[in-house]
Amino acid sequence: MAEEIIRNTAKGEVTMRLWRGDETGGEFAEYVMPAQEGEVVLDVIHRVQATEAPDLACRWNCKAGKCGSCSAEINGRPALMCMTRMDTLPPGEAVTVAPMRTFPILRDLVTDVSYNYEVAKRIPPFHPREKTDDEEEAGGYRMQQIDVERSQEFRKCIECYLCQDVCHVIRDHEENKTAFAGPRFFARSAELEMHPLDVNDRRELLQKEQGLGKCNITKCCTEVCPEHIKITDNAIIPLKERVVDASYDPVAWLGRKILKRRKSTPAEAEADAPSTGPAAVQPEGGVHGIPAPEHADDALVGAWATDAGPGGDAPAEDAPAE
Amino acid sequence: MPTLRKDRWWVQQVVTATVLTLFVGYASWAAFVNKNYYAGSGLHRDLISPFYSPCLTESCVPGSHPGTIITWWTISPALLILIFPLGFRLTCYYYRKAYYRSFWMAPPACAVSDAHSSYSGETRFPLLLQNVHRYFFYAGLVFNVILTIDAFVAFRQPGIGIGFSVGTAVLLINALLLWSYSLSCHSCRHLCGGGVKQFSQSPIRYRVWKLLTPLNGRHMLFAWMSLGFVAFTDLYIRLVASGTIHDYGFHF
Repeated sequence: MAEEIIRNTAKGEVTMRLWRGDETGGEFAEYVMPAQEGEVVLDVIHRVQATEAPDLACRWNCKAGKCGSCSAEINGRPALMCMTRMDTLPPGEAVTVAPMRTFPILRDLVTDVSYNYEVAKRIPPFHPREKTDDEEEAGGYRMQQIDVERSQEFRKCIECYLCQDVCHVIRDHEENKTAFAGPRFFARSAELEMHPLDVNDRRELLQKEQGLGKCNITKCCTEVCPEHIKITDNAIIPLKERVVDASYDPVAWLGRKILKRRKSTPAEAEADAPSTGPAAVQPEGGVHGIPAPEHADDALVGAWATDAGPGGDAPAEDAPAE
Repeated sequence: MPTLRKDRWWVQQVVTATVLTLFVGYASWAAFVNKNYYAGSGLHRDLISPFYSPCLTESCVPGSHPGTIITWWTISPALLILIFPLGFRLTCYYYRKAYYRSFWMAPPACAVSDAHSSYSGETRFPLLLQNVHRYFFYAGLVFNVILTIDAFVAFRQPGIGIGFSVGTAVLLINALLLWSYSLSCHSCRHLCGGGVKQFSQSPIRYRVWKLLTPLNGRHMLFAWMSLGFVAFTDLYIRLVASGTIHDYGFHF
């Protein structure tokens, strides 16, 4: 095989090893394709579909790294196929493309990611405080840019679920799926926890039901994020520190008692969640059987449906006193 | 370990494990050896190893301590001190990543399978104790102050006057790196401002948070630099105190 690959490379060809199979099993199949300058992995996959394997299943949409559809494992590393240039892969070697390992395979390179939608339903959504009289008069909430800029980093998420795929907590331990939200949803919770208007307290929920403590901060989620969101440093660790404030730090507890900070209780936060059912998700049908994406964006609409407009456009006006 | 990765993902883990093992080996030896940790008036210097500062027990070398405070401790004073920096580094968010990957292999690298069949993360004892990191951070700050004082005391050259030597520079750099490591800590970033809900209501804490955030981005760098340099500082003072090398310098 090695000789064949070298010969192919010399002839300007590339060998693709693509996973072919379904939930019952499968194997890698090899396709030799002409190599063209400037191509990404998805281009070659499309050429395989067009020439040798019209039945090859592959999910894709924008081909611009913004829809998050073409997530796969290229040479063993979770990545978007549309953002991985062929010339960045080792020359003279076959390019291996496999489906995301964490999720059940539907067919070939397509996986059922509905586990993520079920987790998203259990994130307590945005819950703004009451408007002050001044805000009522002014027509809505006003926020300063410095108050929302931290959350904006997490709004870049394209929900490709590469971070969920690479997270060893569920990748290597299927049993943890019932009690672990995963990096994408820790980022979502961090976004809401850091929102200046939100009054939900998600800390107990994160600690006891969403498995924040299972994360051992090995930073793989950050390494694979195509949007370069610093998930570990800016979302997960700040959440862990907030949980320490709430549960393991008597000094912080005393401070809260003295200052009497008002937040909704964890029970209220949980009650806000659209669904509190188990997170374990097993596919029941084909691609079309995946629940409609009534997922995170339902809550996201609420998160930014303030008079201040979308997060990035929040006007930098004086914030009212709470 | 099953993986489809073709790159040499194991190199980083091998290097990390080797360096950490070498450091732990050296620090253990240096802590137990209980001698040559202070270059004093006989050498016209006032240099103390960071592993032995503050030296507070009866067994401390004369001149190396401000006074005996702890009388019941009879073995090496370093063992009493190193608990705190060791706890700070052991519970550090960066080192956790480093040793979970390199030693515990959970996971050995991204998209490489865990070496363990079950996994509970940091939800149970003893790993639940990782949550006390901020208390070790507080203790680390106290040690940073002490080691900074040591660095300035090192300008003293008993019997000669005030001066500056390689040893002084080493202690100053060591203190600077330890401050960089502590101030870039994730807990520090949270406590100084990260925990604030509305920055516009806490402008000073916001400014501190803004200042610490770029440092936090280099936490790994400071972690390695300070780790290596603290061992080098001990080694340098040990060589000077034992008379193996001369601490070059000048005085006024």
